[in-house]
Amino acid sequence: MAGGVDVSWLVGGPQGSGVESAAGIFAGACASMGYHVFGKREFYSNIKGEHSYFVVRASSSEIRSNVSGADVMVAYDAETMLRHYADVRGGTIIYDAAMEKAMIGDVATMDENYAARLGAELAAAGRPGGVEGAVAAAREAGTAVHAVSFRAILSSLADEAGNPKLRGMTRMFNVIGAALSMGALGVPRDVTLGAIRRAFAAKPEVARLNEMAASRAYSTAESELGGMRCALAPLGGPREGTMLAQGYHGTAIGKIAAGCRFQSYYPITPASDESVYLESHVELGVSGGRPGSTLVVQCEDEISAIGMAIGSSIAGARSSTCTSGPGFSLMAECLGWAGINEVPLVITLYQRSGPATGLPTRHGQDDLLFAVHAGHGEFPRIVYASGDVEESFYDTARCFNYADVYQVPVIHMMDKYLASTILTCSRFEPSRVSIDRGKLLTGRAGSDYRRFALGGDGISERARLGVEGAEFWCTGDEHDEAGHITEDPVMRVEMMRKRLSREGLALRAIPDAEQATLHGGGKIAIVSWGSTKGPILDALEEVRAGGGPEMRFVQVKMLHPFPTSYVAHLLEGATTIVDVEANYTGQLGALLARNLGREPDHYILKYTGRAMTSTELAGALRRVADGTAGEREVLTYGA
Amino acid sequence: MAPRLADYKTGVHNDWCPGCGDFGILNAIQMSLAEMGVARHEAAIFSGIGCSGKTAHFVNVTGIHTLHGRVLPFAQGAALANPGMRIVAVGGDGDGLGIGAGHFVAAGRRNVNMAYIIFDNGVYGLTKGQASPTLKLGTKTKSLPSPNVNYNVNPVGLAVTSGFTFVARAYSYDVRQLKEVIKAAIAHEGLAFVDVLSPCPTYNDVNTRDWYAGEGTGGDGAERHSRIYRLEDTGYDPVVHFAGAAELDEKLGQALARSLEWGERIPTGVFYRNETVTPYGGRIRDQIRNYAENPPALQAIESGGRAITDVSPMLDDLRA
Repeated sequence: MAGGVDVSWLVGGPQGSGVESAAGIFAGACASMGYHVFGKREFYSNIKGEHSYFVVRASSSEIRSNVSGADVMVAYDAETMLRHYADVRGGTIIYDAAMEKAMIGDVATMDENYAARLGAELAAAGRPGGVEGAVAAAREAGTAVHAVSFRAILSSLADEAGNPKLRGMTRMFNVIGAALSMGALGVPRDVTLGAIRRAFAAKPEVARLNEMAASRAYSTAESELGGMRCALAPLGGPREGTMLAQGYHGTAIGKIAAGCRFQSYYPITPASDESVYLESHVELGVSGGRPGSTLVVQCEDEISAIGMAIGSSIAGARSSTCTSGPGFSLMAECLGWAGINEVPLVITLYQRSGPATGLPTRHGQDDLLFAVHAGHGEFPRIVYASGDVEESFYDTARCFNYADVYQVPVIHMMDKYLASTILTCSRFEPSRVSIDRGKLLTGRAGSDYRRFALGGDGISERARLGVEGAEFWCTGDEHDEAGHITEDPVMRVEMMRKRLSREGLALRAIPDAEQATLHGGGKIAIVSWGSTKGPILDALEEVRAGGGPEMRFVQVKMLHPFPTSYVAHLLEGATTIVDVEANYTGQLGALLARNLGREPDHYILKYTGRAMTSTELAGALRRVADGTAGEREVLTYGA
Repeated sequence: MAPRLADYKTGVHNDWCPGCGDFGILNAIQMSLAEMGVARHEAAIFSGIGCSGKTAHFVNVTGIHTLHGRVLPFAQGAALANPGMRIVAVGGDGDGLGIGAGHFVAAGRRNVNMAYIIFDNGVYGLTKGQASPTLKLGTKTKSLPSPNVNYNVNPVGLAVTSGFTFVARAYSYDVRQLKEVIKAAIAHEGLAFVDVLSPCPTYNDVNTRDWYAGEGTGGDGAERHSRIYRLEDTGYDPVVHFAGAAELDEKLGQALARSLEWGERIPTGVFYRNETVTPYGGRIRDQIRNYAENPPALQAIESGGRAITDVSPMLDDLRA
């Protein structure tokens, strides 16, 4: 980022204290000043009280990931201070003075393993085991640390406004903390107030109070927090055609644009946000037609969710469900039913760390091989992965087209990292969304309609419910052309060929560019899939900027059927293959070995439940380049 | 041309055991569709797994033979996506009240406009006669190594308390009443449930056709009587007319009380009927004003291969 601005801002506090809205205000202000923004949220499986934090990075250049460490931190509580003080080497920490005397033992929510490690670390340095010790350690590392009484700001606001009730409005601490840091960073006051107004647009009175509190905080920042080492001056207005999106907006708005009109789901983190967004936008404008709508049904479990989506798809609507690993596990039997009955269906799979409930609110790419294999028996499917939020919008439309054209279930791989990011990206262009419903029959059928007619390319006309002369049958049993049960061995062979041949058909017909993407070039080739794309692209820039070699990155988007020959082509001439994934076993590596007969030389893996930073990934790639990397490089950064 | 009964029969070979009660239910479904004049392409039978699951292949309307226990989710999805279809879901008591019991309860709460018929025989026939959820505690049918150790589900009572708005029971050998009940269930605005007592001649040697006909009643046989009686013959009124609290209490209470009758006297007919409860499709209209006219399955989503849904308001909301 030579000559540019690149600031990482961390805000933390107990769940429910407004960490997310503070981050939204900061990100909104940065975006409105023309910065590129990338942020991610980390939180526990908890409603109130556990440690939650958000790191938002703002840069004058394009960014796609977080880096290790932060330049500025705002701590609402002692746990944030104790967990993250060492992340802010040489930057600035602003914390609420009320926690000054807190000891490790006072923080009931702190995991005892971490408490023990931290206590030992501070004791070894001869420091008190609490906030004071953390402050001293931070100062010694060159960090400017400011204690500010959030309550005093609230009190002075109450005095100013002549409203004693404001003294008790501690829920505004989040805005006070954010505004203190934004004031210190030189974000113009009106920019911050504008961001607050937008954040609370639905509640003008709340917005007004928060603006007042922010103004007070700005005055305090000006008088007490001089000397910030980085600054966020406006770069001009917001960049033209830029959105500030949340991770789930890509698939949610993608579904609406693609004409998905039925979504059934069961609540699960981190997938529910998408369904809730759809539920909040049910009535839709349709150009040249009657208003449309998405029917969103909250089900009793994920079995029902996929069952309803299948029923709706049979009725003729583009249908989908959205879930995470535990829910997808429950869907496996119905997935096979959709497979044998050639039902188009999109399952959006926001992965998290498993197995079982695993790390329920943390990131992971654990479910690739499960998505490829889920369900008993052999049936066709497409497994497709998006690398970032912008891609996910266009990919969602592709997934529906694949489902309709090939009459198969499509599993669209997303993950918690993508779901809980906030980022600037180019405005989605719905004009680029094409819709191909394949051989859907909506008019009157010809004589002797048979749903599973053999012949041709193996894909038969699919009538929706209600078409005269096109009554049909479906069954989870093997069936004949009409859809009636058969156990005839000859028909079995015909039907197996009919269904499974379309994987090859899809591989041949879907353009290479949709199956995998090549970024850069070089003898060292990184192979990966999904949300590692952002950290990889940023890490490659960092390696190059540090004088390291050019590397190529092969991003595999279609994971099943596997684009073997195209990926082999993209890997031609590579001397070293590095597999990068957020799991333990290197699941894409297994697919490479199986399909290409070529195992990766190195695996860079992370399974702490926290997404990779480009910093730690760049470190591992440098080790690969200089020959010091092991076969497995395991990354662990992040609280 | 008025539909004929034969129009609703497929040529698919029926492999149920001779004497199976399910034949009566199949006939009653076909007769109901024919008498109601439901066009073949406007109806669909969804079925679960088990002997009853094959019903979908025997009725000559679209037939969707789903998975064990999952008939209700599939059927509800279709009924919601195209509310113009007449959807009839069928399944066994193991299918609907064992593996699918969660869906049964949830479906009642939703009250989607369709009918659900359970072929209730007390055994898992296709797997050679294990005890199913409606078999009474302590009953030993011939395939059981020892008497049933589980208490039975009360299908009618469970339906009434889960929110089904039409709850009935019928007997598969009384096809005349069964047909009338099924027609009423299909015509009902909301979710209708029909529990059909359907003797399994192969595996349930306790609740047999003879047993229902009165075998073992009346001591030495002098007072022998059919165990089954019709609610409508007793002046029983299942209908909720005004939906006042007192009336609801009375109608739900009487349905529950009758659902517990078993043994010497087993009631059939409509236990409960309440069309004052808005079906799910009506509840949706609060969110989607033109749901009935332009439901999910019939919406136009593209023109010449281009997307036509306007997402610009959503994108404008996200403007940086």
